[in-house]
Amino acid sequence: MRAPSLSTKDLTINFGGHVAVDHVSCDFYSGELTVIVGPNGAGKTTYFNLISGQLKASSGTVIKDGEDITATAPSTRAKKGVGRAFQLTNLFPQLTVLENIRLAVQAQTGDGWRAFTPTNKLTALADKAELYLEATGLEGVAKQRAAALSHGNQRKLEVALLMAMEPDIYMFDEPTAGMSMDDAPEVLELISKLKADTRKTILLVEHKMNVVRSLADRIVVLHNGALVADGSPEQTMNSEVVREVYLGNAGVMA
Amino acid sequence: MEKTNGNLLVKGTVFLVWAILLFAPFLFQDVRSTEVAARILVFIVLVSSYDLLIGYTGIVSFAHTMFFGLGAYGTAIALKTMGPSWSAVILGALIGLGISLVIALAVGLLSLRVKAIFFAMITLAVASVALVMASQLSGLTGGEDGITYRPPSIFKPAAKLLTDENGKVLRIFGVKMNGKIAAYYFVFFSSLILFCVMLRLVVSPIGSVLKAIRENEARAEAIGYRVVAYRTLVFCAAAAFASLIGSVYAVWLKYTGPDTVLSFAIMIDILLMVVIGGMGTMWGAVIGVVMMTLAQYYLRDLMGVVADATHNLPIVPELFDPDRWLLWLGLCFILLVYFFPTGIAGRLMAKGEPA
Repeated sequence: MRAPSLSTKDLTINFGGHVAVDHVSCDFYSGELTVIVGPNGAGKTTYFNLISGQLKASSGTVIKDGEDITATAPSTRAKKGVGRAFQLTNLFPQLTVLENIRLAVQAQTGDGWRAFTPTNKLTALADKAELYLEATGLEGVAKQRAAALSHGNQRKLEVALLMAMEPDIYMFDEPTAGMSMDDAPEVLELISKLKADTRKTILLVEHKMNVVRSLADRIVVLHNGALVADGSPEQTMNSEVVREVYLGNAGVMA
Repeated sequence: MEKTNGNLLVKGTVFLVWAILLFAPFLFQDVRSTEVAARILVFIVLVSSYDLLIGYTGIVSFAHTMFFGLGAYGTAIALKTMGPSWSAVILGALIGLGISLVIALAVGLLSLRVKAIFFAMITLAVASVALVMASQLSGLTGGEDGITYRPPSIFKPAAKLLTDENGKVLRIFGVKMNGKIAAYYFVFFSSLILFCVMLRLVVSPIGSVLKAIRENEARAEAIGYRVVAYRTLVFCAAAAFASLIGSVYAVWLKYTGPDTVLSFAIMIDILLMVVIGGMGTMWGAVIGVVMMTLAQYYLRDLMGVVADATHNLPIVPELFDPDRWLLWLGLCFILLVYFFPTGIAGRLMAKGEPA
């Protein structure tokens, strides 16, 4: 039996009386792309926030490669290889695209504390940033401010930031939300390439069923904060409980 | 295209300012001009170190003059008690610097986790305490009267840096090579070095981390930066710069008191200068300092000239009465903020405008 790269045990958070994530226990393995689905308000993004540390769990644990990281700050988790992209665009708006990516690169290389070496002399940093600019097709807008980008390019930059962190765990939260028909396949292509190249653990929250079908190795279904199904795409999609809670509206799935 | 021009214009202006400051004692050979030039030099460091906080990292602090004052008082007290010597200057500066760093570290670690507005209030409280202490501990600080002392001998007006064959002070372009010149260049090079260190800081990786924290604190944390640690570091660094230039100012003025280094009026000047110049640009600090200082020193004179020239017109001379200079300064400030909301340098250097 392989050891999971990431697991949550009875992970729970309640806001007042409302239990947003309810005792979710789940193991994730490297080389596996897990899609997390569920109706709106099922707790998918909250579950992500608990794993990457934006929210503190009320109870339960998050374990990365055998180490309990439940109590650590988001920056610590990021350094330990838990990388996260956000559903709502969450960039550094007044900085250029290149600066945005370089920030993610230098966080990972540990250059962030350098105070007396001009950034443009650190060529290793620039080369790596260049790599991710090209990978996400943003090299043409490298000098523009993030705030001035089109929505599609902002979403790509969001993905570029996550990739530039070079984490062990990639967490994408609806990476193609609001993207045009042209841009969305590019981003999905990136993710499937990432999966093939790196053999890292990938978690993906996604609504679009064509995406789920083409990428998922495994599907986890959340409903009202609880994990209600977990298995291969065929298994999950055909299970009785999932049909009840999620697939009641068959039109969505078609 | 416009961007590069604006960039060049701002940097060109700043280089010109430094060039003028370098030759100021020769270009303007009167006492008042030298005072103004030295004040500009000191405030360039004070304001650009404040820009590290407010412009780069988005930290609002009202304690910047406290650190300035700690450096000045450290040096002043050391010069007073130990007598005029370099060891007094250095020891005093180091003590001021040490106390500044300890206070900055304590305030930073204790309160940089809270929201910006609460942090601003905490710094206001700490700075008020410092102001009260400076006036109450009169045995040490001279209270409201401040302290007068003598500088190291090389800076005494009678000191001869260079002498001609008769043993008299040598004049170069009519300027006596005496202690006043030495003191001016001590201020000049201290300011230039500190300013260059800060410029270096902001173009290094740490500079972009600071900007990232200003732009989006949560995301900076999410990609792996310990935000509290960076904030504390920059708060300590800014305190150190302010403290060091405070020591330099104390040596220059030969007098240290609440009004010259500690009052909230100075804090307000710093805020105005950083806003006028443009936050988060470093270059803007220089422009803001020069404009504001020149206005403070020469607007009255200028208005006097205008009032005299128009003395036979109705109303106009009344409006330009030199006593009304604060009114005009206020109007200028309102217009500047209206037309340059991001400051002069901020506006000119704006980058990546949407096409």
